[in-house]
Amino acid sequence: MPNSIALINARLIDPATGTDQTGAILVSSKKIQAVGDIDQNNADQIIDCKGKVLCPGLVDMRVHLSEPGNEHRETIAETAAVAVNGGVTSVVGLPDTDPTTDSVPVLEFIARRGREAKAAKIYAYGAITIGMAGKELTEMGLLTEAGAVGFSDVDNTLTDTVVMSRALTYSKIFDQTLINFPLEPGLSTGVMNKGELSTRLGLGGIGTTPEVLQIERDIRLAEMTGGNLHLGPITCHEAVEAIRAAKDKGIKITASTAPHYFSLNETTIGDYRTFGKFLPPLRDEFNRRAVAEAVADGTIDVIVSDHHPHDPDSKRLPFAQASFGAVGLETLLPMSLRLYHEGLISLPDLLSRLTDSPASIVKIKAGSLEVGAPADLTLFDPDKPYKFEPDLLTSKCKNTPYEAFPLQGQVLMTLVDGRILKQ
Amino acid sequence: MTETKTHEGSSLYQRRHLLGIEGLTAEEIGFLLDRADRFVALNRTAKEKSDSLSGRTVINLFFENSTRTRTSFEIAAKRLGADVVNMSVATSSVKKGETLLDTAYTLNAMHPSLIVVRHNESGAVSLLSQKVDAGVLNAGDGRHEHPTQALLDALTIRRRLGSLSGLNVAICGDITHSRVARSNILLLNTMGARVRVIAPPTLVSSDMERMGVEIFTDMRQGLKNCDIVMMLRLQMERMQGSFVPSTKEYYRFFGLDAEKLSYAKPEALIMHPGPMNRGVEIDSELADDEDRSLIRTQVEMGVAVRMACLETLVENVVLPESGEERFNHA
Repeated sequence: MPNSIALINARLIDPATGTDQTGAILVSSKKIQAVGDIDQNNADQIIDCKGKVLCPGLVDMRVHLSEPGNEHRETIAETAAVAVNGGVTSVVGLPDTDPTTDSVPVLEFIARRGREAKAAKIYAYGAITIGMAGKELTEMGLLTEAGAVGFSDVDNTLTDTVVMSRALTYSKIFDQTLINFPLEPGLSTGVMNKGELSTRLGLGGIGTTPEVLQIERDIRLAEMTGGNLHLGPITCHEAVEAIRAAKDKGIKITASTAPHYFSLNETTIGDYRTFGKFLPPLRDEFNRRAVAEAVADGTIDVIVSDHHPHDPDSKRLPFAQASFGAVGLETLLPMSLRLYHEGLISLPDLLSRLTDSPASIVKIKAGSLEVGAPADLTLFDPDKPYKFEPDLLTSKCKNTPYEAFPLQGQVLMTLVDGRILKQ
Repeated sequence: MTETKTHEGSSLYQRRHLLGIEGLTAEEIGFLLDRADRFVALNRTAKEKSDSLSGRTVINLFFENSTRTRTSFEIAAKRLGADVVNMSVATSSVKKGETLLDTAYTLNAMHPSLIVVRHNESGAVSLLSQKVDAGVLNAGDGRHEHPTQALLDALTIRRRLGSLSGLNVAICGDITHSRVARSNILLLNTMGARVRVIAPPTLVSSDMERMGVEIFTDMRQGLKNCDIVMMLRLQMERMQGSFVPSTKEYYRFFGLDAEKLSYAKPEALIMHPGPMNRGVEIDSELADDEDRSLIRTQVEMGVAVRMACLETLVENVVLPESGEERFNHA
C-alpha cells in the first residue's frame, strides 16, 4: 500500500454514528482503510495522536471567496490553505465573487483553482438569480452538472415571492438546497443591532423583526413548494422559535449560525469598533444565549465560519462606511468549542454541527470516519488554553473580532485525501 | 451641584479631546460653563482679543456643510488669537477619494494644536481623534453627538434661570436623526434636569427611554409643566416621504405655536439650535418674541462656549518634541 499512514492512540469521534472511542485509523489511497483496531505493521508512517481528538475534517458551508475579483484579500489557494490551518478540509464558497458565480465558466474556474491549491477541498454554490439581482433564475441544472452544491444569493435577500417560490420548486429536480439570507432588506438599512446601544452611538439599527419576517416567509414558501431550504446565519431567539416550529411541523428546512453570534454580543462594538460589524449584526446577550442553546439542542444544524477577509482600508473607516464581516476559518473550531467547555453540548454533538451535518446539506462526501470515506481528518486538542492574537492567523487579512480572547482548543494536524497538510 | 468654583489656572477638564457629552462629569461640564461665562463679558466689550491661543493653529475640518457652526468656531478661535484654517470637503482632497484617516495623517503632519471636526458619520470624529496629536473638538458627528451645542444651550439656560437642576425640559422634533438631542439629553440628565422628548413615533425610537427620558407623542401633554421648550430643526428631506406625511400636518401636531405653548409653564422659554424652518416647527412670531425666545442668545453663547472649549483643550494638548512622530502610517 503506497503512502499509508496509521494514526494511533487517538480519541476517535465520528459524529455521524455517535461513536467516541479510543483507537486508530489507517489511511491510504486517499481513503480511510480501517478504523478501531488496525494492523499498523504495514503502515509507511505511524503517528501517535497521544489521546487527542481525531474526527472527520471540518466542513464549512459558508465562506466568502475573494477570488475571482478581490485576490488582494485572499486567493482561492490562500483560502484553501487557511482552511487547513483551521482544521477545515471542505470549504463551500459563496457566489458573491466578482464576477458573480452565476455561470458555468466561473464555477469551473473556481473548481480548477481549488484543485490547483492542493489544500482544503473547494466547493461552490451557484447564485440563485443572475447577478444575484433577484430577477432571473440561473441555469441551475447546468451549474449542478458543473459541480454546484447548492444555490444562494448570499446577502442579497431574495425578496420576490414569485422568483423565490419558482427557485424552490425548480431546484427540486436536482435535489439542491437553496440558502436565502435571513433579513428583510427594507427594515435592515442599519449597521448594528437596534437597541439602546445603537441609539446612544447614533447608528442605524437592525432589529430582530426583519430576521423573523424573512424566515417566516421563506418557511411558508418551502412548505408550499416542498423545496429544500437552508436558513442562515441565524442570530436571534424568535428566529430560532420559528425554525423549531417549522421543523416540528415536518417542513424540510435546516439552519446555521456562525460562532460570533453565540460567542459575542453587540457590546463588542464598544466605541465604534468596526471589527465587530457583521450582517446580520451581533445581537444582545439574550439573543446570543438563545443561539447558543439552539446550536446545543440541534434546532440550528450547522456552525459556519462566514469567513470574510477584508483589507484594512475596508475596516478603518467611520462605522457606517466599513465593510461587514470577519475572517473565521481559523477560529471556527476553538470558538465553537466554547459551547462544549461551557457544558452546553457534548463533543460529538458539537462536531456533528461542523462535519456530517453540513456535509449532508450540501451533499458532499465528507464528515464520516467510516471505512471507504475520504481520508479528510482533523486532529485537535480540545482543551489547550491560550490567548488568541490576530498574529496567530495565517490569513493575510487580520479582521477578527477575537483579539485577546482566551481560547481553548487547538488544531494539531489536518489531513486531506490522506495527505498531511498541517502539522 | 452644578456650579463649580475653580481657581485660575487649575483645569477640572483634563481630557485632550471633546468628543461628546457622554462620560463627562457634572464638574467637568460646570467647569466649561464657568469658563464660557467669563468669555461672554469679554465678547461684549469687543475691544480686546485674548491671546491664549496666540501662535496656535486651529483647523476647522468640515465634511458636512455648515455656515453657522463653522463661523462660530472660527470667530471663537480668532478671538483667542489663533491662526484658523478652514478646510471643507468641497475644496479638499476628500472628494478625490482620500480616506478619513489619510486626511487625519496629512493634517497631523502639519502639527495643528486643535482640529474642529464635523462629519456626517457617527463615530467618525472619535476615529480621527485616535490618529492625531492635536486636540480634537467634535462639531457634530452623524446623529451621534454635538457637544458644544449642548453646552451653549446649558449656558443659555443657566444664565437666564441660574441653574439647570430640577428643570423640566422638553425636546421636540426629529429626535432619531438629531445629534443635538442626544448631547442635550446626556448633559441635562447629568446636570439634574428632567428631560422629555416630544416627537411623532416615526422620529423617535422607544429605545430612547433607556437614555433616561420620557417620550410623548402628544405635544400638549408633553409640554405640561415645562420650563424650557427646545425645538429641533426638521430636516426637509425627511418631510416628504415616510417619516411625516407633510409639513402642513407636522406643523398642525408638532409645530410650536402660542396655543400649544400655553400648556407649558407660563414663563416657559423657547430654544432652537437653528437654522429655523419658520411655520414648520415653530410659529414665526413666537420665535421672535424676546420675552420667551432665547434663540438669539443661544447664538451669542455659542461663541463663548467654543472659546472656553478651545482654550481648555489647548492647555491639555502636549505636542510631541520636534522630530518625533507619535502616529505612523501603520
